[in-house]
Amino acid sequence: MTQWIDACAKDDVAEEDVIRFDHAGRTFAIYRSPDDKFYATDGLCTHEKIHLADGLVMDNIIECPKHNGRFDYTTGVAKGAPVCVNLKTYPIKLEGTRVFINIA
Amino acid sequence: MVIVGGGMAAARACINLRANDYAGTITLVSEETLLPYDRPPLSKASIVDEAAHAPVLLLDDSIVASLKVDLRLGHPATAINRADQSITLSDGSTIAYAKLLLATGAKPRKLNCPGGEHALTLRDHKDTVVLRQKFGPGKKIVVIGGGFIGLELASSASKLGCTVTLIEAQPRILMRGVPEAIAKIVHDAHVAAGVTMIIGTGISHITESAVHLTDGRIIAADTVIAGIGASPEIKLAADAGLAIENGIACNAQMQTSDPNIYAAGDCASFPHQQMEGKRIRLEAWRSAQEQAATAAVNMLGGDKAHTNVPWFWSDQYDLSLQIAGSAELGPNTITRIPAEGALVLFHMADDGTIKGVSGIGLGNSIGRDVKIAEILIAKSTRPSPEILADASQPLRALLKG
Ligand SMILES: Cc1cc2nc3c(=O)[nH]c(=O)nc-3n(C[C@H](O)[C@H](O)[C@H](O)COP(=O)(O)OP(=O)(O)OC[C@H]3O[C@@H](n4cnc5c(N)ncnc54)[C@H](O)[C@@H]3O)c2cc1C
Ligand code: FES
Repeated sequence: MTQWIDACAKDDVAEEDVIRFDHAGRTFAIYRSPDDKFYATDGLCTHEKIHLADGLVMDNIIECPKHNGRFDYTTGVAKGAPVCVNLKTYPIKLEGTRVFINIA
Repeated sequence: MVIVGGGMAAARACINLRANDYAGTITLVSEETLLPYDRPPLSKASIVDEAAHAPVLLLDDSIVASLKVDLRLGHPATAINRADQSITLSDGSTIAYAKLLLATGAKPRKLNCPGGEHALTLRDHKDTVVLRQKFGPGKKIVVIGGGFIGLELASSASKLGCTVTLIEAQPRILMRGVPEAIAKIVHDAHVAAGVTMIIGTGISHITESAVHLTDGRIIAADTVIAGIGASPEIKLAADAGLAIENGIACNAQMQTSDPNIYAAGDCASFPHQQMEGKRIRLEAWRSAQEQAATAAVNMLGGDKAHTNVPWFWSDQYDLSLQIAGSAELGPNTITRIPAEGALVLFHMADDGTIKGVSGIGLGNSIGRDVKIAEILIAKSTRPSPEILADASQPLRALLKG
């Protein structure tokens, strides 16, 4: 099932940055990569449920603000200690100035 | 390869040896009976959160199997026989090594005042199980020592409804390595939570039911805990004649004075490039991981100097504290206030180079700024003081150029 949700405006996310998006009791992180592509993952670190949107984006990596766990936000893959469980990723589509995320 | 120790550094060494394509045998010798587990939760979630009572394993059975690690749990190593490159365990068995890694950690210092034996300490999971039974609503807990472990235990005890008194002999808490302005925020959080903070007062003696202070006051106690620091576990190394200097003395490659023996984690000291070549020993979770990674590369014939910027965090109540680099080397302070109640201090050398950062705030309010500062410290840059001080300007801009 697809469920496209209007998450934010493109301009809400700076290049090489991330914002938090909450919807229906769930929390997501929406990223804009240095090459101007958009990505979405679960909002919470798989280590201790910390909001990743407070972390730092470097290239394709989001680093958790709590213990520096790293994920590739384009694939969700955990990049080593202390995180070992991958992040769930979600499809994104762009329409005009808006960013939609498929949370189904 | 043989690894002595059952903590973070030992676990990460196993993982890193395999990650660097080492296919031979790895034997891990730990005096603990548990598989290697994470220590930071022991003073935090493992005490207050029933769901987190079980140890958080760093290597579980499936990881041990996939890494093909030969585990020898429950028997400490008692001697290193350098001449024939082997170690002896307490059960009398011996294990030969080509390269040996000492990851023996640190052990809590004991109080040496009369009655000091009444004070409990915290280092391993067994200690946490004991403390958990002592904590509960109305229980009178006296914590001696205003360092991180003492403060985290005071926070956990107070969350569980205990009546907590914390005693620090120095003029303030967190004298070592934490700037005064940040220590004050921590202090105030404890006071707000109802902890009685007795600062600048020493201990005369301890009885089964009370702590007697040097100024004559008597503090009733159901349980006394000492959190007065830890000393590196060096006995094995010292007995084998390895150089010791505030820990097992290593070079920047984490190699001891015996070229076939390396050390990593809380037990090891090494000269650090960012610290102007000064020999340091860290008691920090991420550093233990990083030192083990460096040691693993070099045990396999590499020549990698350990240059990672030291980084540390602590959680108390809803506050998160993070420190990176060295406050000591940066006498000039620049202050940034990223959010209400949060504070980030940059420690700058006279020539404008950033040397350290210390931050505190609710939740994750300071993580990103501390991370960016850490990257700047690693690169020895001279960031714009105006941008550092102005929270309306993102620090990210400093990473470019
Ligand atoms: C309660 C607590 C809370 C902490 N909180 C934080 C925190 O919030 N942030 C942070 O950055 N750091 C924290 N730390 C510090 C961090 O946990 C340590 O830096 C880290 O555990 C060091 O890892 P290590 O492998 O060097 O030593 P350890 O984890 O101490 O492991 C040493 C191991 O070696 C074994 N051993 C010792 N001698 C022998 C021998 N002769 N033979 C066999 N085995 C032996 C020990 O039994 C132990 O298993 C905390 C530490 C504690 C105790
Ligand atoms: S909570 Fe994200 S790394 Fe620990």
